[in-house]
Amino acid sequence: MNQDIFVVVEHLRGALAEISYVMMAAGRDLARTTGGKVYAVLLGQNVQNLADTLAADAVLYLESPSLADFTSDGYCKALSGLIGQHQPRAVLMGHTSVGTDVAGALSVRLGLPLVTSVRHFEGDKFVSQICGGKIMAEGELPAPTALITLVPGGYKPESGQSAQAPLVTPVAVGALEDLRVSVRQYIEPEAGDVDISKEPLLIAVGRGIQNQDNVVLADDLAKALGGVVCASRPVVDQNWLPTTRLVGKSGKAVKPKLYLALGISGAPEHAEAITGSNCIIAVNTDAAAPIFNIAKYGTTTDLFDLVPVLTEKVLQAKGG
Amino acid sequence: MNIVVPVKLVPDLVEELTIDASGAALDTMWLRLIINELDDHAIEQAILLKERYGGQVTVLAPDSEGVDDMLFTASARGADQLVKLVGNFEGGVNNHALGRALAAYVKDLKPDLILTGVQAHNDLDGSIGALLAEYLQMPYVGYVSGVNLETDKAVVRKEYPGGLIAELEVALPAVLGIQAAEQPPRYVAISKVRQAMKTATIEEHEVAELDLLGGAVVSRMFQPEAAEKATMLSGDPDAVAEQLIGIFKELGVL
Repeated sequence: MNQDIFVVVEHLRGALAEISYVMMAAGRDLARTTGGKVYAVLLGQNVQNLADTLAADAVLYLESPSLADFTSDGYCKALSGLIGQHQPRAVLMGHTSVGTDVAGALSVRLGLPLVTSVRHFEGDKFVSQICGGKIMAEGELPAPTALITLVPGGYKPESGQSAQAPLVTPVAVGALEDLRVSVRQYIEPEAGDVDISKEPLLIAVGRGIQNQDNVVLADDLAKALGGVVCASRPVVDQNWLPTTRLVGKSGKAVKPKLYLALGISGAPEHAEAITGSNCIIAVNTDAAAPIFNIAKYGTTTDLFDLVPVLTEKVLQAKGG
Repeated sequence: MNIVVPVKLVPDLVEELTIDASGAALDTMWLRLIINELDDHAIEQAILLKERYGGQVTVLAPDSEGVDDMLFTASARGADQLVKLVGNFEGGVNNHALGRALAAYVKDLKPDLILTGVQAHNDLDGSIGALLAEYLQMPYVGYVSGVNLETDKAVVRKEYPGGLIAELEVALPAVLGIQAAEQPPRYVAISKVRQAMKTATIEEHEVAELDLLGGAVVSRMFQPEAAEKATMLSGDPDAVAEQLIGIFKELGVL
């Protein structure tokens, strides 16, 4: 075992994911405690320059046609060899649809401990965000090599950036045969509907809206204000609004002037996608809802009492 | 098609969560447990596949308060076989231990497909699907929101940020972590659940030992404190609305 930190760079179809910078910042923070180096571990095909903006001491580049697309199987095989050989103190992966596909298998295959939903480190302790952001869990970084999946929120992406490109060292990749997962095609999000990531005024509804018939309340307010209705995951999963309106981890990240959240708890998957908003106002009857930790203004008034009155007042203000 | 769906109950986040005297775990005394929402989607997806291709759906869960009701509800929705893992689950058990216990039992069921929620909000050592897949030496794909079956393989829709979908081929048998079923979990009338309680049986399977190796050890739990908490607006709905109008004007959106 050594004291180095591995950061598994996340990228998709030629674009670096922002979580890569966040992981790099986390890696730098952890390396201050362990005293080791921070390596960006980059897997792919013809992407050797993708890690140029990362604040890494060096890049370990694993290139193979079998790694041209992300698959859990390909990444697992390639990474398990590298981690087994190098035995770093910690391996950081994104708590994302990429990182979480790989982390579990690596933990079992290599017999290494895994800690997920880590938000930040305090010295050699991990601090994880669980229970929809309502609880933090802290513990010692497990040994010998801690596998970590990191959620955004604990580090600024800028802290993981560097103007100087780190040295790229190619690493031989063993045969990646008999992969059991393969990409058939990518399907782009539907176009045609509004692009919520570009809208300046969003009225967002969450589980608190209770049923499809109530969505009209948000619609009326949005119409009165000249905004657009969007939603958190449960609303879209119930088909009350189309997926084009989904704000969150697998939906859109938004940055409006005003984000009015109605009946949204503010679970991490949603919160991470709205932090770019200029002003968040949260309406939720649960005073302990994590949304109030990121909102500028909040109220525990029942949305069903508030929204009709508010819509009326907006119409009056516009009329007068 | 033999489909196995491991599910678990998790604390209901609508209720207030408190930390117990140890300072390192949730106080379970008043905790209300509900099915992990994404596991509910996994059950729905399994039943949709059974309706489309035929086969059998087995739902299994570790023992905890309310687990029987949850399993009978799954039966009323269309699950064929219900299994409860019985053992020392009370003190809370990590996903590595649960994964090993599930793997030991599930391998004898010879499943073609295992569906489970892609995560649970109280996971701290990986998602159960990803761990279980590796214990069973099966491939794993998570964040799945659509499944079709072809000879010897599943064709799945995997979600990426920004609404991008990857269509993947996964060799069977496989484990899929479900983000959303193709349609919302179906509602069943309470009378149907009551009927299931009379007709369906829950098989119990004893888990001798739970090995926690590989999981995270928590030394402290706490509620997050925001650096800057929201300024709370109070008063009756009319007064709150009036304050919001003022804020809208200040922001220049009204």
